[in-house]
Amino acid sequence: MAPLLQVQDLTVRFHTKDGVVQAVTGVSYTMEQGDILGLVGESGSGKSVSSMAMLRLIPEPPGRIEGGRVLFEGRDLLQIPRRQMHTVRGHEIGVIFQDPMTSLNPVMPIGRQISEALEVNLGMDRRAAEQETIQVLERVGIPQAAQRIGDYPHQFSGGMRQRVMIAMAISCRPKLLIADEPTTALDVTIQAQIVDLVKRLQEELGMAVIWITHDLGVIARLAKRVNVMYAGTLVETAPIKTLFSNPAHPYTLGLLGSLPSLDTTAEQDLAYIEGAPPDMINLPPGCPFWPRCGFRTRICTEQIPELFDAGDRHQSACWHIDAVQAADAPSVREREANA
Amino acid sequence: MNVNPTPHTNGAILQVEHLKKYFPVRRGLFQQVTGYVKAVDDLTFDLYEGETLGLVGESGCGKTTTGRAILQLEAPTAGSVKLRGRELVGLDQRALQPLRTEMQIIFQNPYSSLNPRMTIGRILTEPMLVHGIVATRKEAEERALELLERVGLSPYFVNRFPAEFSGGQRQRVGIARALSLNPYLIICDEPISSLDVSIQAQIVNLLRKLQRDLSLTYLFISHDLSMVRYISTRTAVMYLGKIVELGESTTVVSHPLHPYTQALWSAAPIADPAIEETRERIILKGDVPSPVNPPVGCNFNTRCPKVMKICHEVDPEFRELEPGHWAACHLY
Repeated sequence: MAPLLQVQDLTVRFHTKDGVVQAVTGVSYTMEQGDILGLVGESGSGKSVSSMAMLRLIPEPPGRIEGGRVLFEGRDLLQIPRRQMHTVRGHEIGVIFQDPMTSLNPVMPIGRQISEALEVNLGMDRRAAEQETIQVLERVGIPQAAQRIGDYPHQFSGGMRQRVMIAMAISCRPKLLIADEPTTALDVTIQAQIVDLVKRLQEELGMAVIWITHDLGVIARLAKRVNVMYAGTLVETAPIKTLFSNPAHPYTLGLLGSLPSLDTTAEQDLAYIEGAPPDMINLPPGCPFWPRCGFRTRICTEQIPELFDAGDRHQSACWHIDAVQAADAPSVREREANA
Repeated sequence: MNVNPTPHTNGAILQVEHLKKYFPVRRGLFQQVTGYVKAVDDLTFDLYEGETLGLVGESGCGKTTTGRAILQLEAPTAGSVKLRGRELVGLDQRALQPLRTEMQIIFQNPYSSLNPRMTIGRILTEPMLVHGIVATRKEAEERALELLERVGLSPYFVNRFPAEFSGGQRQRVGIARALSLNPYLIICDEPISSLDVSIQAQIVNLLRKLQRDLSLTYLFISHDLSMVRYISTRTAVMYLGKIVELGESTTVVSHPLHPYTQALWSAAPIADPAIEETRERIILKGDVPSPVNPPVGCNFNTRCPKVMKICHEVDPEFRELEPGHWAACHLY
């Protein structure tokens, strides 16, 4: 059987008056049914753009998908007719966005926003759609769902609105759920509720999940596999435990070191990554991370590394995988102290 | 009630007692006051020389308002704030002005807190000239260059504008501005939460270094308990306008007494799948109640997994349950 999702060499550019933003460059990965993939990166790393490009939700212009294929159950989503794409977005791939307030229609009752989708996508009649809406709202933990379907988005709290968004995204039983920083705007106790909810729904419904975030902690709790993005490229992909125990890209190593762990004592400084992410219009030649990298040598400044094997189902786009894997975070700290 | 979580009285450079800040809620044509948002509701704590006190809580718990009420950027509704023994509450702007050189603030958002039309040099020299801590403009300019170097920025940046800088660099400018008047107390209001992860550690390390070099005292306001645990000597946990727990940071995290602290810590994601797999998680039900009508009794009783009958009736007293470890809970 074909994998659920194969992204091949996806490249997205934004043509602005200042120049061409190289938002996503040559991203390739594969997902099986029921996978939970964490997509990690900082702002501007291309994590959201690459996912929205798969759904053809990039504003064109200025954006343009300049290459690659997105095979969803064998069909290339970048090639299918617009009508079919509507079905894919409504029915087969669900999306949750960061800010539920701006992604829900403020002048439509929340029940109607969900049941309308059921009528359009699944051909249900109005009454059946309403029944199903109540069920799906109960499933995501909205108390007294039957009474609340007539309420408007502003009558819900942030966490509850995000539950409504999730209800909408899963109402048509998608095979893939894309969650774009769904908990970033929420408090930690509410974030924990939402993460647990998605985890439970994933187990019950068997759908695959792409969870986009900058928060490695959330990823550690939820994902089975992680893709790390930097400056529009995929720099490391690994099973969750491998990524944290044996990172093979200097950027991942630096990110992990920059978080205080439970054993970081007050005497220790945090390891950190020098400098700031690059200007996406004028990327450095070679590896995009070299200006900030403690492992760089001449080759890094000249040639872009492809994804090399770094272990079992583990790949890293780095010329110095062995050195990175031999290092632990403290040695990076020393290296930077000496530099 | 005379509660003061003070193991010793000397060394406290800031004493906050029964601090309250209520915002009126106005309704209707004549803007009648129909209620109050109790943003800060009876806080008492001390800040010791050279320490970092972490103030942690979720959005709307009143932690930012606390910082602003201490600096008198918001006039407190009631209570007392003493800076090295001098009462700040009730002072007018003129009387406060000389004290501003002693206490400063670093804001959360480095994009909105720097004037976009001023050069970095002007942002740094203006406070020095206004407060007269330098004799001449030339001296102010020299000091601005020193400050830039101290926060890890090139002196060449002095003639540039904020728009030319990244978030992390702007936050460094914000830190340099706070330092320009030589304060000994700095309120850090979520100084890293708008920055990318790889930049956060740079700023945290810088703040720690400045504290060592300049003997600064910090009130570090944050929603991130794991960062607060790391950076703070002591940690205060706020919920709905009140401090529910206060103690040594390592103790508050490893041995939390208040059910809210326990839940907050268990909800804080830790970047280690091995720990996450085995960690017990307390998922709180529901949302934070409105601070306009906080629950009667303990204000955490609507979400507390260990709620008892008394919690609906009596507001628990904030007491020292172990040496230096305070909490407001009926369980103890």
